[in-house]
Amino acid sequence: MKELAAAILLCLGSAFMLLGAVGVFRFPDLYSRVQASAKAATLGVTLMILALTIFFADFGITVSALLVIGFFCLTAPVAGHMIARAAYFSGVPLWGDRVTDELKKALEEQERRDARTASRGPDAG
Amino acid sequence: MKEFLANLLLALTWAAMTGDVTEGSLLTGFVLGYVILYFLQDLLGLSLKTLKILPLVGLAAFFLRSLVAASLQVAYDVVTPRHRMRPGVIALPLEAKTDGEITLLAGLITLTPGTLVLDVSPDRRSLYIHVMYLDDPDAVRREIKEGLERRLLEVMR
Repeated sequence: MKELAAAILLCLGSAFMLLGAVGVFRFPDLYSRVQASAKAATLGVTLMILALTIFFADFGITVSALLVIGFFCLTAPVAGHMIARAAYFSGVPLWGDRVTDELKKALEEQERRDARTASRGPDAG
Repeated sequence: MKEFLANLLLALTWAAMTGDVTEGSLLTGFVLGYVILYFLQDLLGLSLKTLKILPLVGLAAFFLRSLVAASLQVAYDVVTPRHRMRPGVIALPLEAKTDGEITLLAGLITLTPGTLVLDVSPDRRSLYIHVMYLDDPDAVRREIKEGLERRLLEVMR
């Protein structure tokens, strides 16, 4: 029974890992690829570690397994966020036509405001 | 802090009195101590309000549900030949104020498949989020605000 539950969880986890890998290969732009790799890995690792805790059913192993899940959930989004952010500010385009991009709008507005203050000059105020 | 120390003391007492100082007995003692302190907090002048168990469980359940649902959506798009996605970047006005709240919210949003936090505005009033399935920006905004953010703030405040 324990073995069966662990096996099912292991298969589910590795299936999500595989889907994530295929997603990295197939998705059209950098942002979706980052999403595929970071998120699928998180869910996959979580399921696999849960399988481990069920299989061994030991207090020490359970505690360290939960810690691994916790640290993974803390660090994985930071990596994905930093890669996507660096890409965005180096001008990697989003995929698709008629894209909604409210960050671009905000940045352009900020630039216009800066230009206005700069053109007024230091001695105008 | 005082509450936590009292709880720890009760856990140690429990372990010492049962004569079995292991992780399991310490954990049992901690849980029992928490229950005892919870019912005696008015009497002892302590406040256990820092740990809100029910909202925390609600947040965890909601997060797990959206994690699985969004994973399946992305997985479906991976295995079917045509891309149904329509990526875009939206601004999410923030209710969360402190650094800790914003960090946790950004982490939870990024952990959910299909949404990825790109940037925080310089005035810390909005988050810019890359969304993979952006058919209706207002619907996505409402979903995050009323789902994750409201529940997270219930736990934090």
